[in-house]
Amino acid sequence: MTAVLEARGISKRYGHVEALADANFDVQAGEVVALIGDNGAGKSTLVRILSGAESADAGEVLFDGRQVHLTSPTDARELGMETVFQDLALAPHLSPVQNMYLGREVMRKGLLGKLGFMDAKAMREGSRSAFDRLGATVRDLNGTVGGMSGGQRQGIAVARAAAWAQKVIFLDEPTAALGVVQTQNVLDLIRRVSGEGIGVVFISHSMPHVMEVADRIQVMWRGRRVATYNKADTSMEQLVSAMTGAVAQEAS
Amino acid sequence: MTTTRTAPPASTEDAPTSRLSRISRLQALQILILLVVTVAVFTALRPETFLTGFNIRGIVQNTAIYAVLGVGMTFVIITGGIDLSVGSVLVFSGVVADKIMVWYGGQGWGTVLVGLVAALASGLAWGLVNGFLVAKAKVPPLVVTLGSLSAALGFAQIITKGLDLRDAPQALVNDIGFGNIVGQVPTIAVVSAVVVIFGIVLLHRTRFGLYTYAIGSNAEAGRRAGVKVERHLIKVYAFAGLLAGFAGLLNLGFFQSTTIGGQSNTPLNVIAGVAIGGTSLFGGIGSVFGTVIGLFIPIVLQNGFIQVGVQPFWQQVVVGAVLVAVVYIDQLRRASALRGTSPRLPFLSRAGGAGSASRKGSA
Repeated sequence: MTAVLEARGISKRYGHVEALADANFDVQAGEVVALIGDNGAGKSTLVRILSGAESADAGEVLFDGRQVHLTSPTDARELGMETVFQDLALAPHLSPVQNMYLGREVMRKGLLGKLGFMDAKAMREGSRSAFDRLGATVRDLNGTVGGMSGGQRQGIAVARAAAWAQKVIFLDEPTAALGVVQTQNVLDLIRRVSGEGIGVVFISHSMPHVMEVADRIQVMWRGRRVATYNKADTSMEQLVSAMTGAVAQEAS
Repeated sequence: MTTTRTAPPASTEDAPTSRLSRISRLQALQILILLVVTVAVFTALRPETFLTGFNIRGIVQNTAIYAVLGVGMTFVIITGGIDLSVGSVLVFSGVVADKIMVWYGGQGWGTVLVGLVAALASGLAWGLVNGFLVAKAKVPPLVVTLGSLSAALGFAQIITKGLDLRDAPQALVNDIGFGNIVGQVPTIAVVSAVVVIFGIVLLHRTRFGLYTYAIGSNAEAGRRAGVKVERHLIKVYAFAGLLAGFAGLLNLGFFQSTTIGGQSNTPLNVIAGVAIGGTSLFGGIGSVFGTVIGLFIPIVLQNGFIQVGVQPFWQQVVVGAVLVAVVYIDQLRRASALRGTSPRLPFLSRAGGAGSASRKGSA
């Protein structure tokens, strides 16, 4: 089976720092892949490259088996890949609906749409159904996101990405700074998204969360993927030891 | 105190979620109440003169040109920017329009139309310059528009050798500047009201307005969502410039002069009106309606003080105090609504900088 997204031999340097050194990665459709590793292992850099936010110095990215060049987040979005960044990237003064459709507004039909008028009703209904389908708790579609709790905001950010993602969704530490209940909501949401056939890439430092939702776990160490495990065949101890560089399945 | 078990505290999920939007609506409303109270007080003190058709007409006429500038300024300030150049661009556009109308000749509507095109083009050009420097060169808006404030006035004075031009065609002066569209309703006020309504619709109903809010709220979020932030910022400054150009023509009709020396306080008065009207100088929040109310207050005060026999200079004192009080109260409320943010005036920093994203985007 071809991976929906695959990276081969990605390298990236920031000055003297080698963030990624010949890193490989792959995710299948409908699969949750956890990307784990110690701080500085290159997880976030890899995700930024795969989501088009940065370009690699070397290596290739394959999308549905075809080589693609991602020069901007827009490129990735057009292929059906969405990213939830660590800092959420919601506009706090806008409503959940406005955030949901920001950059992809539904315009009115005919002349009014050409003049820049938006179809508020369609966007409202679209948001409502997306939030409901994904189980995100959004009580007030008209309120501003900035006035909502961290859990609600994270729910909106994940639901937005999930609603637009056709193929792959990247989540960079989506459960950091969330309470127990909200974390559970986000983890449930991740399962639901993958249930729709979307590949989910999930960066986390939390081994229990990883063990709960991931199908496969890819471990990064010093800018490379050093190991890949099926969840069924591994344990937290094994993952932690791989994260410290004690295991190296893949030759460098 | 023994067994009264209160209901468990509502979880943060249940907290009222639309506080911010309610606040912005609330503030426009409060300012409206302030305006109504001010009018009521002066009416009570001078019942025979204050609320008369003649006096209202004067107040509305005096607000009309500021309102046109205020529409553009509201958009700019919602993006987190500022435009200090509107007064100078108004003068520059008036000068260019005057020169071109003299060159074209005549006193009729054809001449006014030529002048209109000239004024709009002049304003638009300055707006584009401001926009490019803010969006592409990333020079802080305060500095960019301080520069164009100086340069546009300089050019206007070079063209006129420092002397005001007074060659507005009859049609512009009699029909727009002083004319009534019907009864005692001044044409200039109706023209201004059309611009205001256009601004309200543009801000609240269109994608253009949404992007304006989005950039002021979190430019980085907009960028990641695919909004062309730089291009939109250029459009917003261009729009403000265009309206300043239009105001230049109205100004020429109203004062029959290019008022070269008379506009140095204009940008500050307009900014004060925008701020009093509830538009946040931190970006992301605001309304054109609030701006119009905010612009009326100083003019009503001045008019009222003169009628009541208080030295009109008190108006400046009161407006200054109201401005600071309104922004202070607004800031307090916003601090409690947008959790744990310590705002930093965005127009002192680079447009759409990462600072605003990390400040406003994080929990």
